[in-house]
Amino acid sequence: MTTNYETREHDVLVIGAGGAGLRASLEALAQGASVGVICKSLLGKAHTVMAEGGIAAAMAHVDSADNWKTHFRDTMRGGKLLNNWRMAQLHAQESPERVRELEQWGALFDRTEKGDILQRAFGGHTFKRLCHVGDRTGLEMIRTLQDRGVQQGIDVYMECTVTRLLTDGGRVTGAFAYWREAGRFIVFKAKAIVIATGGIGKAWRITSNSWEYTGDGMALAYEAGAELMDMEFVQFHPTGMVWPPGVQGILVTEAVRGEGGILRNKAGERFMEKYDPKRMELSTRDVVARSIYTEVKEGRGTEHGGAYLDISHKAAEYVKKKLPSMYHQFKELADVDITKGPMEVGPTCHYMMGGIRVEAETAQSTISGLFAAGEAAAGLHGSNRLGGNSLSDLLVFGRRAGLAAAEYAKRASASSFDNSQIDQAEKELLAPFSNSGTESPYAVQRDLQEVMQNLVGIYRTKEDLEKALVELGKLKVRTAKASVEGSRLFNPGWHLSYDLKAMLIVSEAVTLSALARTESRGAHSRIDYPNVDPVWEKKHNIIVRESGAMKRRESPLEAMPEDLQQILAEDRS
Amino acid sequence: MKEATLLVFRGDSNGGQTIAYRVPVAPGMVVLDALHHIQGHLAPDLAVRWNCKAGKCGSCSAEVNGRPRLTCKTRMDDLPQDQPITVLPMKSFPRIKDLVTDVSWNYRVNRKIPPFEPRKGVEWKISQLDVDRVQEFRKCIECFLCQDVCHVLREHDKQEQFAGPRFFVRIAGLEMHPLDGRHRAALLKDQLGLGLCNITKCCTEVCPEEIRITDNAIIPLKERVVDEFYDPLTMLFRKVRGQ
Repeated sequence: MTTNYETREHDVLVIGAGGAGLRASLEALAQGASVGVICKSLLGKAHTVMAEGGIAAAMAHVDSADNWKTHFRDTMRGGKLLNNWRMAQLHAQESPERVRELEQWGALFDRTEKGDILQRAFGGHTFKRLCHVGDRTGLEMIRTLQDRGVQQGIDVYMECTVTRLLTDGGRVTGAFAYWREAGRFIVFKAKAIVIATGGIGKAWRITSNSWEYTGDGMALAYEAGAELMDMEFVQFHPTGMVWPPGVQGILVTEAVRGEGGILRNKAGERFMEKYDPKRMELSTRDVVARSIYTEVKEGRGTEHGGAYLDISHKAAEYVKKKLPSMYHQFKELADVDITKGPMEVGPTCHYMMGGIRVEAETAQSTISGLFAAGEAAAGLHGSNRLGGNSLSDLLVFGRRAGLAAAEYAKRASASSFDNSQIDQAEKELLAPFSNSGTESPYAVQRDLQEVMQNLVGIYRTKEDLEKALVELGKLKVRTAKASVEGSRLFNPGWHLSYDLKAMLIVSEAVTLSALARTESRGAHSRIDYPNVDPVWEKKHNIIVRESGAMKRRESPLEAMPEDLQQILAEDRS
Repeated sequence: MKEATLLVFRGDSNGGQTIAYRVPVAPGMVVLDALHHIQGHLAPDLAVRWNCKAGKCGSCSAEVNGRPRLTCKTRMDDLPQDQPITVLPMKSFPRIKDLVTDVSWNYRVNRKIPPFEPRKGVEWKISQLDVDRVQEFRKCIECFLCQDVCHVLREHDKQEQFAGPRFFVRIAGLEMHPLDGRHRAALLKDQLGLGLCNITKCCTEVCPEEIRITDNAIIPLKERVVDEFYDPLTMLFRKVRGQ
């Protein structure tokens, strides 16, 4: 068929323009590569812009005893030891330099009295470690990166969506995409591709994620033959808004608790005393989310089915200064003045610990020419991510992915691929226009969100997960039949019919992995297997496509070197 | 359940018209919720930009009942209940489809602005006071509502000569960065048309981040331009020295 399409060529093509994608682009450019970066939305609107609390880096400006070893230990313990230890080490060692570099590019953080970067407390971090600027840290970071990228000469393809990776003999060599504005096609030739597309939260009904977070990068990699890892570990952030209905799921930053916020149930009890008396509100996210969920389930929830989060004991001016966007968010959307009374909060699907399996040093996936960084990649966070470790992840591994992709591109031969892949990609993307019938992609998405919310949520059972797999099968059939109205011009219904395929792939991967892991660890809680199983501490779930079907395998964890084991065994000293 | 009528612009660069949609109204609902309801149930091809739905990304700008606003922060119960709610695309930008406009001009303007460059040998110590002052400008979410409402762009179409309030805010953030060593006054005067702003403060009124654009960004920048190029003493000094 081959309708018209334009062709662009880059040494390194980065898919996704959040923190990881932009940092990767900057690094690849610094290595002399020609770089293109593709984003589904406008530049600067990626999820990084919504990150609130801060960026974790052991700079020791506030607590002088902090160092990379403690950060490493906190990260590993938070992830219940399932983390890739080498990634956790690199992350802890390199984060401070990445923050300083950001500041040299023009970012500004809140300061200590001495004029250094101020750091705040966060769940699971032994020391005050989060560099921040009020509760708008992500905005500061993405603006800094995007402005630098534009100045340095990155080609940005805005409102452009990749629907298929093009391959040549097992190596990724290009991408097929479409422009949202006119619905026209574009083919990218690239020597190396970095996936930095973020998470999968939009498959759940209650989520802090925007429309973009549909797991499409993971699905692209999976379809091209790359392995996905640890897909059962989906983080439910303990504090999302619960009222009014339209704002359900919108994030309430952990910085509220970092600044001294207290959680209470309907009866006014500070319930974290029961669940984690040592760390209380600043326990890890998996624990706090389960605690709130349990309080509500056992009848001690608030009027709208959440818990109270109260910061009003702090001075009003302090709250407005340290949590300005929270103040406005509640005032404008929920008629609540958080300087005077408590917020109502409950768990919301927030972050994907699992993703594309990568090599620690280079962020290369299991297939040639394909790299991944940020939320789309697996490994650093193990079974549970600590707050603040995401922004630092983006910078540390975004940079490493960009570096390795540029080096790979220097050695790689020119991009080539069989054009029949393009024909196939076109056909698939246009199919919903020729489908007759009345199946709406929006209706399928609503049903998918119910399935994942109700059957693959915070607490899981064998029965629920098996039922979810059956339901996902039915939704696949419905997705294939979904039809769209209107033209190819900026058509969100059409776009969703593609996104649904990606959401279904990652949802199936999550469910299959969750069913297999017969234990509770980090963010994965099985009611029928409530304890940690030492056998499962030694292996990852791997998802891979074989002969057109999704297959699950297990892969042993790599043994940790002696020196890191010692660090892990040490207590705070 | 209560219902409301929305009159939403449907069309593209060739023209179009408003279409009426009835939507159920839930407590606390915002206009973006209503648009999503229309997409999900009545018109799946309705083009709307949005991302965070929490006032942090600045994607969902439109003109609601004639006023430029973020639809995610515009509560239905704050609008008159007894009449239809009109939702139109931003007028100052070319239409693409429905509520989506072509804002690419903004990204081209941004490229003209020299980035942050630290002064040579500067010590990296910054006081919180300096951070607070600059943060007002750095909290801009690029919703472009200030660009939409500014009459220099909206009525006079000076896109080629005038950068618009958004980019004066950006430059104020750079110029007032405590460690920045560049000078952008000549650029403001000669290329970005700062002089065309006659401080009507429309931009400040529509800013969802409550940045005092005119008072805190534009006027101080105008003062810098005046100091550098129109100060009588300096001008005399230049003349004498034959510069």
